[in-house]
Order: sequence, then structure tokens, then C-alpha cells
Amino acid sequence: MHESGSSAAGSEPILSARNLVKHFPIRSTGLIRRQVGTVHAVCDVSFDLGHGETLGLVGESGCGKSTTARLVLNLIEATSGEVLYEGTDLTALSPKKMRELRQDLQIVFQDPYASLDPRMPVNEIVAEPLRIHGRYDRGGRTAVQDLLRTVGLKPEHGNRFPHEFSGGQRQRIGVARALALRPKVLVLDEPVSALDVSIQAGVLNLLDELQAELGLSYLFVSHDLSVVRHIADRIAVMYLGRIVETGTASELFEGPAHPYTQALISAIPLPDPRKQRARERITVVGDVPSPADPPSGCRFRTRCPKFAAELSDAERSRCVDEVPELVDRGQGHPAACHYAERKTLI
Amino acid sequence: MTEDPLAVSTTPTASRNGAATDVVLAVDDLTVGFPSDDGLVQAVRGVSYELRGGEVLGIVGESGSGKSVTSLAVMGLLPGNAQVSGSVRFRGKELLGARESELNSVRGRSVAMIFQDPMTSLNPVYSIGYQIAEAVRAHHNVSKAAALDRATELLELVRIPNPRQRLENYPHEMSGGMRQRVVIAIAMANNPDVIIADEPTTALDVTVQAQIMDSLQLAQQETGAAMVLITHDLGVIAGQADRVMVMYAGKLVEVGTAEDVFYTPRMPYTVGLLGSLPRLDRPSERLTPIEGAPPSVVNMPPGCPFTPRCPLAVAVCEEIEPELAPTTGPGHLAACHRSEELVGASAGDVFDTDVVDTEALAHFVRENEGQS
Repeated sequence: MHESGSSAAGSEPILSARNLVKHFPIRSTGLIRRQVGTVHAVCDVSFDLGHGETLGLVGESGCGKSTTARLVLNLIEATSGEVLYEGTDLTALSPKKMRELRQDLQIVFQDPYASLDPRMPVNEIVAEPLRIHGRYDRGGRTAVQDLLRTVGLKPEHGNRFPHEFSGGQRQRIGVARALALRPKVLVLDEPVSALDVSIQAGVLNLLDELQAELGLSYLFVSHDLSVVRHIADRIAVMYLGRIVETGTASELFEGPAHPYTQALISAIPLPDPRKQRARERITVVGDVPSPADPPSGCRFRTRCPKFAAELSDAERSRCVDEVPELVDRGQGHPAACHYAERKTLI
Repeated sequence: MTEDPLAVSTTPTASRNGAATDVVLAVDDLTVGFPSDDGLVQAVRGVSYELRGGEVLGIVGESGSGKSVTSLAVMGLLPGNAQVSGSVRFRGKELLGARESELNSVRGRSVAMIFQDPMTSLNPVYSIGYQIAEAVRAHHNVSKAAALDRATELLELVRIPNPRQRLENYPHEMSGGMRQRVVIAIAMANNPDVIIADEPTTALDVTVQAQIMDSLQLAQQETGAAMVLITHDLGVIAGQADRVMVMYAGKLVEVGTAEDVFYTPRMPYTVGLLGSLPRLDRPSERLTPIEGAPPSVVNMPPGCPFTPRCPLAVAVCEEIEPELAPTTGPGHLAACHRSEELVGASAGDVFDTDVVDTEALAHFVRENEGQS
């Protein structure tokens, strides 16, 4: 059921990002705080999220995935680009209109310790969105109880405070709060990263079932490829603010074409001793360059194993001078590499 | 010049490998408790293991299982209020209760430790060259210049580019991966017999994680040291460890070779842990969460600590805590009354995968119909 085709299957996407760009100014210290540089956090990112679909946005820290998630919800202002929700451009909406639309677009944050108000009982936490949108008086109490039961908590625990719950339970409270307004799209920003694996699995299964029951669309942001492989229908891999490869989960993992995706997949250890020890490994050198001064041309070239070992000088100059477009070069799905080539790694 | 104490010589490695069955570290019935207002926190409850020369022993467990405390106790690094009992012997020499001066001759020299967070294990106000040289000079009577030469050599070994220039850098000038490699270099500085690595890659991005695991493997091969690798990442363990110990609530619940533990687990906790892991190679498999949370290790009730979360639990589990007992072979131990029933069972057979109360959800949807 996870492999069900892309959003292009006839229907319009529910949410699309079009050429999103976000620059953060770097200011000097001191009184005047002159702008001395720019962090290119998100550069020309476009994607579609289909109805009832999960799009996984993966990448390492600093790649711009969380910024993208916040841009999509209009929580921070985009430098340029559009976010279309059912055809409406969110970036151009008035705050009042945006507020109305927020009922349809909800977010679950990474840290369940920080995203729940420690001084509010759980009932109130889950009821808050209903109150804000003036929907509590119409059956809000039962809605809160139903929501708590849905996510696997006892309604009689509703009077307790967040600190009385474990990390996994807190994240379930976060999910219940996000569901309260019957949203159509959930943005999940590293929803299970702070949890132990045995607890993480419960939250992932919960999200899976909720999607099946409610027809939700998920934008699932994570650094963990195994988690994304498990939950996403389609995946976009980000590196230094750009999407470097995108495709259905099976396309991407069975035949990754961008050297970065290959390195990422190859870096995930499989919990299987024989398989793990027999695998081909593609390693990258060094660390991610600063997004304040990204490399010219292809942003991955400074760490690219292909650039370092396989390409001739003439071929390399293309990587240095020309930004590779995110297009299908015959691999069956788009990859932003001039010399994209499918590999089998699992 | 044949006996240069600083050279990363191959001779001792060879001789160690020759005696690969030597037990370098023997931990016997190690128990650690911390007094608290609520009672004694039993962080480690009777852990025993032997580490042989050149071997990689993986310790897995979730937060609070006692895996880190076990190793801190081995190194004598626990705070003063900790109540430690049992025995920890390094090459036959008792470390528990040893005088600080005796410990110092072992710590950092024969047994080195790598911590999770390189930002806190490195001193922010000294250059990394100074810090590596310090580790060398703590155990060898050599000049500063010689120690710095050794530092350069070590940095090169862990693949830090331009090592000579890097010596002058301070920790904050380096990335997380780079810092962790410096920590590995310090651990290697005195050709230790045992390296204890406590979550060495947890704070790092995956591609950097892979680099660090490579450096660590290299360090281990180069020094011929045995390694205790503590992590919650079963993938890392699968790739590195010869033997695996699974910890739960301060106790070992399963011990065996990597293949034993990963392919034929005999403790429901291990089965659940493996089943709860999303896997790149089996993406469509349903995950098996383990309901509930690990028990509080203060005033533990009798019986198996996994009982409240265990789908196989029966009456005896609540009364008698099972001992580690042989299962598929003499080296494969599990602490479970019902381990035989796990033969051939998959995680999905043992654990329930449903999590949503669909009735409640349906009610919620019905009630809210037409409101949005």
C-alpha cells in the first residue's frame, strides 16, 4: 500500500511548493547589526503532495528540510516562491484568511517535551485548537475524549499534565492535538526522532493507521532513511537547501541515481549481520559545507565520491560551473546530477 | 630505536592476535546503585561478561537500561555516591576499589574510553594538539615535540586532513565528526588493550556516522584492542560486533554472537526490539511496537522486569526473575521463562501491531461530520 503511485495519478495535488526560496540574513555583532551575509537555507524547492499520500523529506542536519516544512505552513515567510493549497497561494494570504486555512494544515513537532505546555492538563492541550477556532462548544468535550482514546491514551488521564507521560505518550498527545481540527494535511517534523525504537514503532503505526482511516496527507520530515522508507509513498532527498533526488520510495531505494542518495542509503547500517557485512559501501568524505557559502554548480561536488574518483577534469568542470537540474536523465525518476547513474545498494 | 614506545607497532598486535582467546576484561556480578530520595536506584543489577583480546562486544539497550553506567563503573568514573559491588578485572588485576593512582595507570593507557558527545569530552580551552599530546605524555616520558609528532600521526590515522595544521585548532573550530575523530585519536594514543565506546556516533549525521565507524574500526585494528561498543542502534551493532549483549532494566537479558541474537533471538524483548525497527531491506513489514515503557529501577518488584510489556508473560514471570540460561548453543544465553516458545516465532507472531482505537476514531469522525 506504500508503493501506490505518485500524486500524478490523475488528481490534483492537495499541496504544492513552487520554487520556494528562503534566505536568512547573517548580521554582524555590534550596534548596527549590518547584514554581512546570507544563509541559503532553501533554494528553489518544488514538490507536490497528493491526496492521502505521504511525502518524505529527508536529509541531514542543516539541509533545509525543517525550514521547508515551516515555509509550507507559512510559519515563516518565504523569500520567494509559492505554496499552493488546493489551488490557493498561502504566501499571499492575509493573516485572517491564513488562520482559517490553518484548520486544514497542522503540524506535529519533533520534541514532545518542548511542544506541549507543561502547565496545561492534557485535556486542555487537545482542546485548545478547538477553542481557538470556536468549535469547542459543539461537542468539544467528547471530541477530546475520542481523540485521546484514538491515539491510545485513557480519557481519564486527561486531567494529568505532560510531565506525567512518557515520551511516546507525549508524542501521541501531540498527534491528538494536531487531529482535533480534522486537518487534511499533517506536517510531521521529525515526529519520532526523540523516541526509543520500541516506542517509535508505536507512533509510526499510529500515523499509518490514522492516514488510512482519515485519508490524511502527510509531509514527513526526517533524517532517518529507514523510517522514511517505511512510511513514505514518495521521497525527496535534500542536500544544502536543494532537492537532489525524488521518486517513489521503491524507485529511490532500489535504484538511487544521485551520489548523495547513494551515500546516504549506504551509510544506514542494516540490522542484519550477514547482509550488513557483505554490503557495498559508498562513503563520502568531509562535512556539509556552510549554507552561507555553498559551493558553485553542484552543491554536493565537494564531498561527491563520483566527482573525486570517477570523473575526468572536463566532466568535473560541468559540476563546478553548472547547477544540475532536477530532471530524469533516463533513470526513471528525477535526480539533480549531471552524471546520474542508478545503483543497487540493498 | 627498536623499542620506540610511541610507534604504532605491529608486533604487539600480532602477539595479541596470537593469544586472541585471552580474557582482557572480566566483569563479574557488577551491581551499581544510586541512593535517591525515593530509594535505591538499581541502575545495574548483576552484570557479568568477559571480553577477549581483539573482540568487539556490542551492548544494546534503550535509554535507562544501564548500558552506560556499566561501562562507567568499569572505568571507575562513577560519582562518589554510587554503590558499586562485584568485580572488574583487567588482565587479572582488580579495578573495583583500586586506589586512584593504580586506576590512573590503567585508565587512558590500557583501557580507553570514547564518549558520546565530543564537545563535552574535549576541553574547549586547549588546542586539540595539546590535548592529544597530554594523553601521550600522561603515560609516557617523552618530550613535548615527540608527543606532538605522535599527535600528528594519530590525526592522520583517523583521516583528518592537514593534521599538522589542525593541531593548533580548538574544538569549537571543528565539526562534530572531526571532533569525534580527535577523541578516537586520543583513545588510540597509548595503544590500549580495550576501547570502550559509549554511543560514539549518536549525535552525528548518518554520512558522518559511517565515517566515524570506519575510523573506529581502523583504530581497533591498528591497536589490536578489544572493543566494547555501547549503542542503541542495532544496525551499528550488526555491522561491527562479534558478540552482542542486550540489556533491560539493569540486567543482561540476552547474550550471544551477533548471528544468534539477530537471527534467533530467544528473549521477547529482543524479538520486539528487532521487530520495532523500520528496515531498508524489508520496508513493507509491519512494525511491532512494545507497549508501555521500561520499569522504574527504584524499588523494583520481584519477577522479570519485562513482564508488564511482555505479550508472553505468565504467572511465574511475575514471581521469579529468570536467570540467563543457554538456549540454541552454549554461548547463546537468554533470561526468559518461555524462551523455548520463541523458536521460529516472528515479531509479528508475538507482538500486537494494532494501535488505533478505531471505534473512538469513528465516533470522533461521526460527531464532527459537517463541522469543518
